[in-house]
Amino acid sequence: MKTEVTPGMFSQAEIAVSKKTPIVMAGFTAIVLVFFGILGTGDVVVWQFTKPDDTFALPDFTVASNTIGLIIGVVLAAITAYAFVLVSQKKHPALWLSLVFGLLAVIALLSWLAAGNKVQFAFILSNAIVLAIPIALGAMAGIMSERVGVVNIAIEGQLLTGAFLAAVVGSLTDNLWVGLLAAMVGAALLSMVLATFSIKFLVDQIIVGVVLNVLVLGVTNFLYSQWLANDGKNANFPGTFPIIEIPVLSEIPILGPALFENRITTYLAFLIIPALWFFLFKTKLGLRARAVGEHPLAADTVGINVARTRFWWVTIGGMVAGLGGAALTIGSVGAFGRDMSGGQGFIALAVVILGRWHPFSAGAAALLFGFAIILRIWANQVSPGIPTDFITMVPYVVTLIAVVGFVGRVRAPAADGQPYIKG
Amino acid sequence: MKLELRGITKRFGSLTANDSINLVVESGEIHSLLGENGAGKSTLMNVLYGLYTADEGEILLDGVAHKFSGPGDAMAAGIGMVHQHFMLIPVFTVAENVVLGNEPTGALGTLNLDVARARVREISDRFGFDIDPDALVEDLPVGAQQRVEIIKALARDAKVLVLDEPTAVLTPQETDELMEIMRGLAKSGTSIVFITHKLREVQAVADTITVIRLGKVVGEAKPTESAADLASMMVGRAVDLEVHKNAPVLGDKGLTVTNLTVVGDRHDKVVDDVSFTVHGGEVLAIAGVQGNGQTELAEALVGLRGVSSGTIHLGELDITASSVREVIDAGVGYVPEDRKKDGLVAEFSIAENLMLNKSFGAPFAKGALIDFANRDRIADELIEEYDIRTPGRDTPAGKLSGGNQQKVVVARELSRDLNLFIASQPTRGVDVGSIEFIHERIIQTRDAGKPVVIISTELDEVAGLADRIAVMYRGRIVGIVDATTSRETLGQMMAGVSA
Repeated sequence: MKTEVTPGMFSQAEIAVSKKTPIVMAGFTAIVLVFFGILGTGDVVVWQFTKPDDTFALPDFTVASNTIGLIIGVVLAAITAYAFVLVSQKKHPALWLSLVFGLLAVIALLSWLAAGNKVQFAFILSNAIVLAIPIALGAMAGIMSERVGVVNIAIEGQLLTGAFLAAVVGSLTDNLWVGLLAAMVGAALLSMVLATFSIKFLVDQIIVGVVLNVLVLGVTNFLYSQWLANDGKNANFPGTFPIIEIPVLSEIPILGPALFENRITTYLAFLIIPALWFFLFKTKLGLRARAVGEHPLAADTVGINVARTRFWWVTIGGMVAGLGGAALTIGSVGAFGRDMSGGQGFIALAVVILGRWHPFSAGAAALLFGFAIILRIWANQVSPGIPTDFITMVPYVVTLIAVVGFVGRVRAPAADGQPYIKG
Repeated sequence: MKLELRGITKRFGSLTANDSINLVVESGEIHSLLGENGAGKSTLMNVLYGLYTADEGEILLDGVAHKFSGPGDAMAAGIGMVHQHFMLIPVFTVAENVVLGNEPTGALGTLNLDVARARVREISDRFGFDIDPDALVEDLPVGAQQRVEIIKALARDAKVLVLDEPTAVLTPQETDELMEIMRGLAKSGTSIVFITHKLREVQAVADTITVIRLGKVVGEAKPTESAADLASMMVGRAVDLEVHKNAPVLGDKGLTVTNLTVVGDRHDKVVDDVSFTVHGGEVLAIAGVQGNGQTELAEALVGLRGVSSGTIHLGELDITASSVREVIDAGVGYVPEDRKKDGLVAEFSIAENLMLNKSFGAPFAKGALIDFANRDRIADELIEEYDIRTPGRDTPAGKLSGGNQQKVVVARELSRDLNLFIASQPTRGVDVGSIEFIHERIIQTRDAGKPVVIISTELDEVAGLADRIAVMYRGRIVGIVDATTSRETLGQMMAGVSA
């Protein structure tokens, strides 16, 4: 059939592109130029890229704080101008432009914070990764359940369950592997509760999730103050997994120590993220899972069991979140503390959206938050003059930039959060 | 494959949707299942497809009884179904959709999309479908999506293919193409069950017709029987298929739309530089395939959707930037296309629904309070006048049949002083009796000198009601033509070819 379609009809070409990205960029450029550059101090900053004992040590880089602020400020101004030009020509600024902008802004921020001090780059990077692991694993759990159409608000509770069981069971049995297993099974059981109530009994998914979070927080707080606080030596002293250095790879400058000198929990996360991508996008089970999350009725009409698919993906997602919880205790500090997850499960939910329900993007987004957390800790050390409240804001400012700058139109799985009622 | 249904009965609570239905479809036959909306056609087919379990009766394929506990069983037995609302995942490619649930795999359960693509190409070539296996389904026009559904069924070796109201979303040309496809499939031995309420199509393509009314088979017919006979079988009484109206008496300019552009939910121009005028005493019908901007045009006219550029005038009054409330106060009546979603509050009673657009003041409200006596009196009057079949004014609107729900909406919108009446899909999913009634009311409104805009995808309705017809395609008006224009020309315009 021949049709005449006049070009431009139903097209987006003639509609103005949002100026949001350049405007946000302009704001940050102003901050960098004025506060970090013009008003910045001339104190010297030492950028340390490697630790002195690394196999391949790189030389330090020394520069005045306000010089960096000025130079980067000018470059940022140029990028902003370019973004304005693109928008006025009705083109969308590319993602890499926002990424480069963000990276430069962060370098300026670090140089400003560390005026008269050192920026220990390797330290920041490796800690950012360790701190990102629970968030990343929580986000993988979120992706697994939202991809099949169940909103999992209970990630926070699952992280906390995992953290608690890993520490306590690991401590009581004196075996970290048993602790790890207990964390995964416990969080999976919590997921099964969510799955059963939301899939079988069609209770509102958000309500079940919130109830589970409150429940876990209450129970672990109670057990902590009544039991662990008094019997810590016995019940809350599991120790941590040893750090495994991977030969050769760990000697790569800068990235080597950050990526390949880690605990088993971190390595598991490194495996789980690509594995999830592979299952979701390359296998038959993944295709079915996504179909269930997009259009459950259509999946049903080709003989896919919607309830069962949802149940198992949500449950196995819980196991992954449990592993993330274990990473908080036996994969990091070696003991359970009250409200240990501290909202990281909710950050994971944001990471799911920021990562557009995609394992790799979500992994990158989690790293961004890991970086924001370590930045807060580090800035407190190098620059005690800056009010803590201001630095505590950093993760949220990062979220804001990330959401505005990086996330364009996002599209959730079409049936996300919708129960499927069979006719 | 020969399909036989024996004594199928399906009840939902106290409602018997299918009452011991018998149906025989011979191998290679196109068997049309004709009936009104709500007659039980779709229920019957969902029983056949394993989505519902029949309370009584059996399904035989080539003489062997089958029990289906889910669509998977039905598909395995050789039954394929193209649903009225497509069962496709919009964000998947054609190949992914076709193999979903039946995926060719390699090691570790990895998808083998090459095999999937080859399968799509093979079927697509065999029937001349011209479908790219790597296209995203959401990017395809509806006609092509329907072909994907057919490929999906054929890829599973369907020997019996059920098409549920397949032409509802197609242009006349696409409908002709679909009929060609159906004939080709039948020739190659596939049995086809063609569910529809459109008489013209039944006469054109069916070998045999089974007519269903109120859940029962009322008889078999041959496609050679006249449309009037088929219609009266379907409805159960003699039906007048014509809309009777006199030549229009044109009044002043009623509605003037100038260079209107509206941006849709996906930030694209869904209404693109549209201009038209509707005089008092005239019906302008806006025809076109679903999804070419008609919905957004109507929403923009009544203030539900913002306007990017252009103007809308009602007489001398500029209502371009008016709120919905201001548009209502200006005397615009509006019947939205989806009565369940936008036209009614299903949980509210009929009386409450009848006052929705006038709840601000007299006669329904005294200050902040509802005047219940007035509300009930007016509701009773309207129920009487508009022949709304209901146990009473307190019945929730959602409990009524489609036709009676629509009469509630029409009654509400017409029962005040109007300067403009806009109706989107006024008779979609409405029984024939109610269609006649609603059409009569629309013509009465026109004859009272009001400008009327009808938006419809049904060419018969457009031709029957309109004085002039504007055809929309991809957000633009392809042309405004006289109501006597042939179906063929209109069909071409609906595909974007200007007259």
